[in-house]
Amino acid sequence: MVAPGPRALQDILESQQAKDALRFITCGSVDDGKSTLIGRLLFESKAIFDDQLQSLARDSRQYGTQGECLDLALLVDGLQAEREQGITIDVAYRFFSTDRRRFIVADTPGHEQYTRNMATGASTADLAVVLIDARKGVLVQTRRHSRIVAMMGIRHVVLAINKMDMVGFNEGVYNAIVADYRGFANDLGFSSIHAIPLSGLTGDNVLNPSAQTPWYSGPPLMAYLDTVVVQQDQSRALFRMPVQWVNRPHLDFRGVCGRIAAGVIRPGDIVRVLPSGVQSRVKTVLAGFTEVTQARSGDAVTLTLEDEVDVGRGDVLVAMQAPPEVADQFEARLLWMTDHPLSAGRQYLMKMGYREVTASVTEIKYREDVNTGAHLAAKTLDMNDIATVNLATSAPLVFEPYSVNRTLGGFILMDKLTLNTVGAGMIAFALRRASNIHWQALEINQLARAQQKHQTPRCIWFTGLSGSGKSTIANLLEKRLLIEGKHTYLLDGDNVRHGLNRDLGFTEADRIENIRRVAEVAKLMVDAGLIVLVSFISPFRSERRMARGLFAEGEFLEVFVDTPLAECERRDQKGLYAKARRGDLKNFTGIDSPYERPEAPEIHLNAGFDSPEVCVDSVLKRLI
Amino acid sequence: MLHLARKAFYPTSPPFPLLHVDTGWKFKAMYAHRNRMAAESGMKLIVHTNPEGGAAGVGPFTHGSGYYTDVMKTQALKQALDQHGFDVVLGGARRDEEKSRAKERIFSFRAGGHRWDPKVQRPELWTLYNTHIHPGESIRVFPLSNWTELDIWQYIHAERIPVVPLYLAEDRPVVKRGGQWLMVDDERFPFAPGEQVETRRVRFRTLGCWPLTAAIESEADTLEAVIAETFNARSSERQGRLIDTDAPGSMEKKKQEGYF
Repeated sequence: MVAPGPRALQDILESQQAKDALRFITCGSVDDGKSTLIGRLLFESKAIFDDQLQSLARDSRQYGTQGECLDLALLVDGLQAEREQGITIDVAYRFFSTDRRRFIVADTPGHEQYTRNMATGASTADLAVVLIDARKGVLVQTRRHSRIVAMMGIRHVVLAINKMDMVGFNEGVYNAIVADYRGFANDLGFSSIHAIPLSGLTGDNVLNPSAQTPWYSGPPLMAYLDTVVVQQDQSRALFRMPVQWVNRPHLDFRGVCGRIAAGVIRPGDIVRVLPSGVQSRVKTVLAGFTEVTQARSGDAVTLTLEDEVDVGRGDVLVAMQAPPEVADQFEARLLWMTDHPLSAGRQYLMKMGYREVTASVTEIKYREDVNTGAHLAAKTLDMNDIATVNLATSAPLVFEPYSVNRTLGGFILMDKLTLNTVGAGMIAFALRRASNIHWQALEINQLARAQQKHQTPRCIWFTGLSGSGKSTIANLLEKRLLIEGKHTYLLDGDNVRHGLNRDLGFTEADRIENIRRVAEVAKLMVDAGLIVLVSFISPFRSERRMARGLFAEGEFLEVFVDTPLAECERRDQKGLYAKARRGDLKNFTGIDSPYERPEAPEIHLNAGFDSPEVCVDSVLKRLI
Repeated sequence: MLHLARKAFYPTSPPFPLLHVDTGWKFKAMYAHRNRMAAESGMKLIVHTNPEGGAAGVGPFTHGSGYYTDVMKTQALKQALDQHGFDVVLGGARRDEEKSRAKERIFSFRAGGHRWDPKVQRPELWTLYNTHIHPGESIRVFPLSNWTELDIWQYIHAERIPVVPLYLAEDRPVVKRGGQWLMVDDERFPFAPGEQVETRRVRFRTLGCWPLTAAIESEADTLEAVIAETFNARSSERQGRLIDTDAPGSMEKKKQEGYF
């Protein structure tokens, strides 16, 4: 703390309140002098108390690497193992202030094996001081840390070319390193890179301008940190508040608690609860014990609402206009932080905001080369790998891209067995919108659409062997329904393969996907109020069960078109059985791929014996 | 921290009890303040003293500060947590207090036996806290991690939070020992030959067990004066904590064993 002398209390309080805060990290490779530089900053800004200086002198004699001099790194390397080995293992948080600003600095470890701790420090920082040993130049860890810094959304970098005393304060050395770094960092998206030649050990250009670098006209490090503008103000964005807890001490009070992630809230504002989409008006805004007239991004508040809407932990309250998306599949960037590799398909616990779901990486799109940023193919991710992945979650999440809002776009993955935090990720965008999101059309629902059409929406799912008569019966049924004034649609297996499912083949995975898409389309149509007829061989029980699971009780009717294989083969309108028997057609249902008979279909048609007309009559009877 | 917790849950009372690990050697004024705050908040107060240590009369003067701290604080805390099955404990520790605390996570994971392993702390990104633990493991949560001593006093001032009067300067009976002022809080103080009780205007920057917590000479008898003094301080708050300096890395060792 810079304290020129005793000052009047009022002065102190006022000056403290006027100060803004800056959180920054120091990062870079091993032995680039991060801890020494922070020690120097603390020492020179007089944040070190007399008794701490005394123990520093004692520790320097025992563990120091600076001979008779004070080893300033020992001010931050607070763990015994760090002092004994002379390295930094975990991030240390230190505090100091100037007349203008209060600083929280995180000194992060340079060793590759402790990258996860560096990421921990970076996740809450506004600025990064990237250190480079002037003798060594840009190293792999310099690049890795810079990538993580960029990935975490830090936009401002101070490039501290350290140990300038060891290279005789040579301008050429400095310029070469700065040019090298700028070339590398060009595509990382930083808004500013400010380079400073300095020495943490001697203090040149740390607090005061150095006489050794007449060729450098910029400010010393401290002056730069004191004045750099790193606006991250989210209060002008639209209102977003992840719900942490619902506070209901008694029947007359129901408060929605959380910390505002963006925007401003006032009593009277209309808000929407996501993912449900219900809306209400804010009655009161409580900050602690007191009601306030407004609260903004960063404030922890309890809101009471005008209506008894359904809201719980993990939901997000948002402004009415331009609500965030809700999705269950994303593209995201991921930093892997454990020595057990990530493999696609494995399930992890995922936490974003106050929501926890199960998530798995469905595809590793590419891993980034630390040095060049080149996209590399990868089946698994090892510790410290940075990758772009597709992610699927067990439930839809309310989100915004990390670049728009860190709170609504940053997530961690936890191992289900060890329970450790193993991955840090940032959502880039949704791959598709979740299908059960109704927030755009709450007023008009399935019931309203059905009433307009004077019918009960249904999905009638015909299953049976090829040639069993499914399509014939379904066609005839649709004609009869049309005559009765019903609104219908027929989804036919063959026809769908010409368009929607044109990209799918006949492997097991493709057949499953084929059914899934058709079931989802049928569901949308039933939601639209239609009576949907699906004519699909759909040979596997598990897929039919999956399709049934998409619908409400009673909405899904499974119709088993039961025609004996011999009869189907005799009919063989398309000549497919003959082909399959010859071996020209693989995976043909009934021949070399099984048909699993329905165990309890709603309607069982004896279509080898009864005429199509008789069959349609029995379906119609069931529909009325 | 209690004030913040009450604000966070208002108008509900915080849904957890208060736990005091009582060594039997706290300042009288601290006991009074503890009882007052428990009554005011309406929260349940659990007081635990290590029964074996209590029966054996373990004290800082008779058994040495190291043994005493281990038995009456560290072991007692672990007993209380085990006895009540608490798997999350909140504490008011701050990173600016001490160099090993500067390294600690906000949600600080404890393995079985309440051990802290500073070399394998969980990554802690943004404010996404991993609260998953296996049976037998626990979490120490430090919501004030990033507050400084000056922040605390300014907040107390702004929110008018009641404090133990010992933080304010007053004429108090003290004895000079090892260059530090120890307050004679009750009749158990064992005077060494030549030691005299003096009356000095003193206050405390940190409060613990009275035999292990030294006072500083001060004229700061109001909150405002304390803030001014803190702002201009040239020595650290924990200078008065005698156990911190038993040996290098002292706090880290105690924390590894389960100390708060």
